[in-house]
Amino acid sequence: MSDGPSSEHSIEVSHLAKAFGTFKAVDDVSFHVEKGEIFGYLGANGAGKSTTIRMLCGLLKPTSGTALVAGFDIAKNPEGVKRSIGYMSQKFSLYLDLTVEQNLEFFGGIYGAGGKELRMRIDRALDEVSMQELRTTLTGALPGGLRQRLALASSLLHRPSIVFLDEPTAGVDPSSRRDFWKLIRHLSQSGTTVFVTTHYMDEAEYCARIGMMVAGKLVALDTPAELKRTLVPGRTIRIEGDLVASAVPSLRAHAGVIGAETFGAGLHVRIDPARMKDDQVAALCTAAGARVTLSERVDPTLEDVFIAAADAGAP
Amino acid sequence: MSDAPKESVVALSAENLVKRFGKTEAVRGISFSIPRGELYGLIGPDAAGKTTTLRMLSGLVRPTSGQVRVLGVDPFARGGSKMREIIGLVPQEHSLYGDLSIEENLDFFSALYGLGRKEYIERRARLLEITRLGPFLARRASQLSGGMYKKLALSCALLHQPEVLLLDEPTNGVDPVSRRELWELIYEFVGQGMAVIVSTPYMDEAARCHRVALVHAGQILREGAPGDLVRSFPGTCAEIVGGDRERVHEIVESLPEVVAASPAGARLRCVMVPNGEAAVAAKLAPEGAHLVPSPPDFEDLFLFEIAMAEHGTKVAA
Repeated sequence: MSDGPSSEHSIEVSHLAKAFGTFKAVDDVSFHVEKGEIFGYLGANGAGKSTTIRMLCGLLKPTSGTALVAGFDIAKNPEGVKRSIGYMSQKFSLYLDLTVEQNLEFFGGIYGAGGKELRMRIDRALDEVSMQELRTTLTGALPGGLRQRLALASSLLHRPSIVFLDEPTAGVDPSSRRDFWKLIRHLSQSGTTVFVTTHYMDEAEYCARIGMMVAGKLVALDTPAELKRTLVPGRTIRIEGDLVASAVPSLRAHAGVIGAETFGAGLHVRIDPARMKDDQVAALCTAAGARVTLSERVDPTLEDVFIAAADAGAP
Repeated sequence: MSDAPKESVVALSAENLVKRFGKTEAVRGISFSIPRGELYGLIGPDAAGKTTTLRMLSGLVRPTSGQVRVLGVDPFARGGSKMREIIGLVPQEHSLYGDLSIEENLDFFSALYGLGRKEYIERRARLLEITRLGPFLARRASQLSGGMYKKLALSCALLHQPEVLLLDEPTNGVDPVSRRELWELIYEFVGQGMAVIVSTPYMDEAARCHRVALVHAGQILREGAPGDLVRSFPGTCAEIVGGDRERVHEIVESLPEVVAASPAGARLRCVMVPNGEAAVAAKLAPEGAHLVPSPPDFEDLFLFEIAMAEHGTKVAA
């Protein structure tokens, strides 16, 4: 069993790199993921998230570095990797003119299952995503959120120990996203490792740990709480009111302001408490022509973390 | 777009729009009126009829009944197809040439809209800076990630600065930093008088619209300024402090008083039916957890209104 699984961690990545010509898509990245962990991989478009996932799924050879996925070396045994993982890509494909069940039969067939065994697996997968009653529905008639769940079901058919989900909820409405994350939480509770990317920072709160990618490099890796503590220094003040977005330039020009960003209809302003008092923020907004209705100290969110990391790691 | 904004001029209107596909009624009587310089959001769950509405507004799909007016003109009347040159549309998918590079797509749309060389160079430089697509100019559109594709599609639609812009989920898959920058850009055009109607699954974006329509099952449930709608939030919103987050999450999800729950740091944010707090608090006490009231935001409002529309009689305590 020289090529068999041999690792304590579910995923172990060491100095992984991928270059396309002179462009370093993934640049010397190392980390590990525990069994059953929900691991979030965040970063801007083009930061190297999907390239990392494609390497870890055995679909793309690294330029250098190594990774063990479910104990298999991604370069030496990509087939072993593929048998052990489920992968839901950004552009997942389902056959819209097939029913829900037919799609699962098709994908199950690809993984080499058939007959009674395949029917049992389809049953279990449909249970897992709560879609039993939609078996005979045409996939094309399903709304986006349910198609996403079906794509997840098809990636679970062969009982993988790890699933890679590349922006699984892009374009999904808030209630469907919560339903989808309920499935992800249950997968993790039953011992499946979940490696997930998302641009919804509220979803990143579900992750046990988060890796932040900026321009191919892993610039931070920690629990959400630690990332907030270390990457978002200073104090975060939330401002609400009319025309508050127009105050951003004058806030950013103030020496005591570390950063000012729009958050929905309001602002998050990060200040250095040694150089500025909380209520000065509202005063600056008012001076810039805004009508402030609320000014309060808040805990930073992972969206604050994302913006701070992108600023700090920008080339 | 050289004219000063004339806020009173209606740029885009829908009157009792209905669209049936066979037996399915996708849109069931939608009406609104959007003046110049307004950013109007169509917000709703999957299959609410948002995309069908946007397609009717753009003249691509003929309504079963009802009327559309774009700058006073009916796009379905004789000669109305000219309207399609005045409006900009970013559909949800496949609006670009996959085998052309980023640069070639921009060149193509510039030529299509008949932009002058100098004008094109200036606008392109600005759009590339905001979208950060500059380093990827030679990459084919079909090779772009979802977010980068969206940025390019929006850039192509903004090149000719249309008076009316229709955006169907323009920022799906776009990262948080670029999303802010694209919205600043949209705001800038709106400030110059462009009328924009946008559908989006991001509730922070919905909260930035001047007015929104909450759409469900082909009908408008609520319409108004997002701040006003949130202020009239009829439900209850709180954060749960203490207890094991995962265990508490399991418990509250099973309670009929709870409309939605999601983690917010170490806490769990919870949207409840009116006067639902007492029942929820009673279930939390044995877990060592309690509720801390929290002001609602637009996402809380969305979750509440949609849950009410879907199982109103069940949850309305």
